[in-house]
Amino acid sequence: MTGHAATAPALAIGGRRQRRTGSLVAWVILLAGIVYFIVPLIATFAFSLRPTPMTLAYTNVLADPKFSGSLLYSFTVAIITIFASLAIIVPTAFWVRLKVPHLRTAVEFVTLMPFIIPAVILVFGIIRVYSAKPFVFTRTEFGSDALLVAAYVVLSFPYMYRAVDTGLASIDVRSLTEAAQSLGAGWPRIIVRVILPNLRTALLSGAFLTFAIVIGEYTIASFLARNNQFGVYLSLLGQNKAFEPAAVSLISFGLTWLAMIVIALIGRGGRDRIQITAAH
Amino acid sequence: MSFLELTGIQKHFGPVVAVEDFNLAAEKGEFVSFLGPSGCGKTTTLRMIAGFEIPTAGTIRLDGGDITNRPPNRRNVGMVFQSYALFPNMNVADNVGFGLKVRKRPSDQIRKRVGELLELVHLGKMGPRYPYQLSGGQQQRVALARALAFEPEVLLLDEPLSALDAKIRVSLRQEIRAIQRQLGITTVYVTHDQEEALSLSDRIVVMSEGRIEQIGTPFEVYNFPTTGFVASFVGTLNVLPAAVVDAGAGRLSVGGQEFRISRPVEARAGDTISLALRPEMVTLGSGPDGSNVLRGTVADVSFLGSIVRMRIRIAEGVVVTLDVFNEPTLVLPQLQEPITISFPAEGPLVLESVPVAGPDLLAAGA
Repeated sequence: MTGHAATAPALAIGGRRQRRTGSLVAWVILLAGIVYFIVPLIATFAFSLRPTPMTLAYTNVLADPKFSGSLLYSFTVAIITIFASLAIIVPTAFWVRLKVPHLRTAVEFVTLMPFIIPAVILVFGIIRVYSAKPFVFTRTEFGSDALLVAAYVVLSFPYMYRAVDTGLASIDVRSLTEAAQSLGAGWPRIIVRVILPNLRTALLSGAFLTFAIVIGEYTIASFLARNNQFGVYLSLLGQNKAFEPAAVSLISFGLTWLAMIVIALIGRGGRDRIQITAAH
Repeated sequence: MSFLELTGIQKHFGPVVAVEDFNLAAEKGEFVSFLGPSGCGKTTTLRMIAGFEIPTAGTIRLDGGDITNRPPNRRNVGMVFQSYALFPNMNVADNVGFGLKVRKRPSDQIRKRVGELLELVHLGKMGPRYPYQLSGGQQQRVALARALAFEPEVLLLDEPLSALDAKIRVSLRQEIRAIQRQLGITTVYVTHDQEEALSLSDRIVVMSEGRIEQIGTPFEVYNFPTTGFVASFVGTLNVLPAAVVDAGAGRLSVGGQEFRISRPVEARAGDTISLALRPEMVTLGSGPDGSNVLRGTVADVSFLGSIVRMRIRIAEGVVVTLDVFNEPTLVLPQLQEPITISFPAEGPLVLESVPVAGPDLLAAGA
């Protein structure tokens, strides 16, 4: 009995020490992460302030119509890509989980293809197929824009499919679908009213990733001669100017975060609406 | 013509036969339970009625109309799932009103009907709550209200109480039965719990390996099982290997102790047959005149609250279980104590498909 009483506080002290060491390691890792993330931003910011006056790089960039034009173009392409990707991935992932779960691995493999096939191969394939009859898309602006979106949709597959599939795994898709069916709902209502609202977080994370990829993409856009894509504009700017690319990088970084916050707020807005309905 | 008819229903999943030659005619307002062990085809049959599975062969008719190939959303059949399947993004009121919204009923009518249904399941003030804010029992009540709200022609329940604790299970099953009687809705209930099936149903369909073993009232299924499987699955059962002494007179023996049953036996003298004997048919002591008497020793005594279960060894490898009601004056016998038990000649049933070397006591769900 005495032995137990003596060892218990010793064990407790040992446990506390272990916990303290563990939390110290966690803090060190967190700090290292913050430094890794923040230092390049601070360095870029410091570099962008070198000209005289200090804000010259920023005023030049903001005065350049190509900057706002390319940013608007890329934002538009990103939003269209997100919706197109969702329109393809959500029904596919839903159907695979519900009706053909044995094909899940195969479908997942197909969605991972953009990781295996480099973007440059993809864009050469697109140009080869869609610049000759019967599908001549590359000769018009609209056609090239459509090809750009289509290529980005393919690039978004690995992120979007995984996000949606994880979201579907967190709900009982089969039972919810069958419950809705037994209550008289058809497929469109089941997807829009039952499945999609329960995938909100998954859809948002898929949308964030797609947005981030599209904004900074260079290879496909440059080969399709989409010079107003933000990634291409940034690259061209870097070839001619010293401080402006740093300013553009920071502004675009801020704007991208702002856009993501807006998407998140739109998502949260939907949830609030549900709760307001509940309060009636 | 019956209200719900399943004729010659078969369901194959590749080479696996899930349901074989299933025939059932349920009347309007009847409460029918499908009872059987896991994998016996009861849920598959229910899913075929709901429209989630299409039969490989056979027809399903509802109120005279053939619904065999009709999609589930056009069958007007309400379903309650084991996992509740409430829509997490909708509150209780929206869940219950979903079927009515699909049918484009006016909003004031929906509000009124949702209120009625929530009162019916004793959740009148829970409308604004979300499923995650409710207990399991409350969630299943919401699911029941949702399945009933659009006035379906048939209510299907797929093991609705399996995920709940014992006390809630008993109270909710009484509520389900009361609501079913009140609404007079034809109901098909799937369960592997014999107590649930016996207490709820007008008729029970006992199933095994995709086939119907017996259809009957709870009284018939329990007291007059037609197959060895039903006898062993429904209720607790002693299975005794008995040697035939005089087949015509129904005289048999176990471990050298002779007794008789009320019916002649279709076997020859010297053959060994299986006898089924319910624990409640066996009493301690010699019993009234004409009772069969066996002597043995006490192998085990278990106190189960309202009853005391005893196991009496009659011969080597032959043990008879009997239940005695608990009362304060009850004197419990000691282990290995010699004891006499008795049972009426009408008590034992002759089984054909239960092996003689099988367990001495079988209990459903055990």
